[in-house]
Amino acid sequence: MRSGCIWVSRHDGAVMAVTVETYATAEEAGRALRTGGDARYLGGGTIVMRAINYGDQSFRRVVRATDPALRQVRAQGARVEIGSGVTMAEVIDSRELAFLAPVARWIGGPAVREVATVGGNLFAEHPYGDFAAALLALDAVVTEVGGATRPLEALLSARTRGTQPLITAVSVMRPEAGAFRFAKVSRVKPKGVSVMSIAAWLPQQGGRISGARIAYGAMAATPIRTMGVERALEGKTLDAAGIAPALSAATDGLQPPSDALASGWYRREVAPVHLRRLLLGEAA
Amino acid sequence: MSKTPLQFRLNGAEKAVFVEAGSNLLDVLRRGVGDMTPKYGCGQGACGTCTVLVEGRPRLACLTLAETVSGQHVETAASLSDGPDLDPLQDCFMEHFAAQCGYCTPGMLMAAKALLDRHPAPSREQVVEAISGNICRCTGYEPIITAILDAATRRGRRAG
Repeated sequence: MRSGCIWVSRHDGAVMAVTVETYATAEEAGRALRTGGDARYLGGGTIVMRAINYGDQSFRRVVRATDPALRQVRAQGARVEIGSGVTMAEVIDSRELAFLAPVARWIGGPAVREVATVGGNLFAEHPYGDFAAALLALDAVVTEVGGATRPLEALLSARTRGTQPLITAVSVMRPEAGAFRFAKVSRVKPKGVSVMSIAAWLPQQGGRISGARIAYGAMAATPIRTMGVERALEGKTLDAAGIAPALSAATDGLQPPSDALASGWYRREVAPVHLRRLLLGEAA
Repeated sequence: MSKTPLQFRLNGAEKAVFVEAGSNLLDVLRRGVGDMTPKYGCGQGACGTCTVLVEGRPRLACLTLAETVSGQHVETAASLSDGPDLDPLQDCFMEHFAAQCGYCTPGMLMAAKALLDRHPAPSREQVVEAISGNICRCTGYEPIITAILDAATRRGRRAG
């Protein structure tokens, strides 16, 4: 383990010390994270370095791992396991992850994608985390250091309570050709921060939807599944009449947050429009 | 305050410096080795004016933990010109008025260089995508896009 120390300016002019600890394995980094309670894990740096630059007082230790296992992509039957340290640029370049490449292209600009990791996106605060919404729609299961697994939904739910374990990999279903769709809505062209994002996995049997999973980004504190939409799509055809009940249920149970990009009211109003466009394959 | 030794190549020259461990690459470049071409803009990865290349790939220096570039090649806008001889990208930025206040220019140039090194004859869409992480509040982007496309043509002519 290597470590060092930096003094970071706080907004009030005082300084704080942050130490950086670098470990060769995820297991060692995981142990270090559990020690002391004042540590943050640094993946690519888009979250933690920003926090350091702005004098975040909520942590005093930065833990990172150089473990090559965190950068692997492995096919596992109908699923694909993605190391948490895999970057968005690597997702775009990966043949195994071709179905996620269009999602990764929506994450930041090219320089951000060089470092932004799959694991980091799971912990990105609203309105970020669009990639996590896509993973959620693809029935993601996360693996924590030590080997324990749980659905991504459980991790996201725990995240709002401040629990942040070290995730080593995310396993997702590999969708059939054409069965996975993603849209990100932004007011900035060609791209910007989300007003909302929608990810839809739409398996079909005999021309009818069976077992759809729909997830939103930027419509709640964390990426979230829309169970009402999923139920309304079951057994339906992907046409205007078939999706009408799903559009009615587009924001059931949701209280979208307001921020500088859009009010919660605006998000609720536009959600059915963008959901319809995605489901019918209409241009945004 | 503890310091960490860091060795890397900057624009082809070996550099060995002591840095405050945990520093970002932008601080090391500007304060540590005196390369003032990458600029501090937002400090949160939103503006792109600190864009440099690490091993030929675009990176935001403000979000890069300095020690992660150990042993690697870092290129900044200072690498583009050879004395008074400007890179075609720089020539084209001047000729097409792609710089006004100039604050975004070093980042724009490096984002463009990363693109042209990988895709010597990019489409307009590829150019727009390549600079999508770089904010310019002066030009409206069109002169920058035109300049990069023109630079690609000139580079191709020179290579041919």
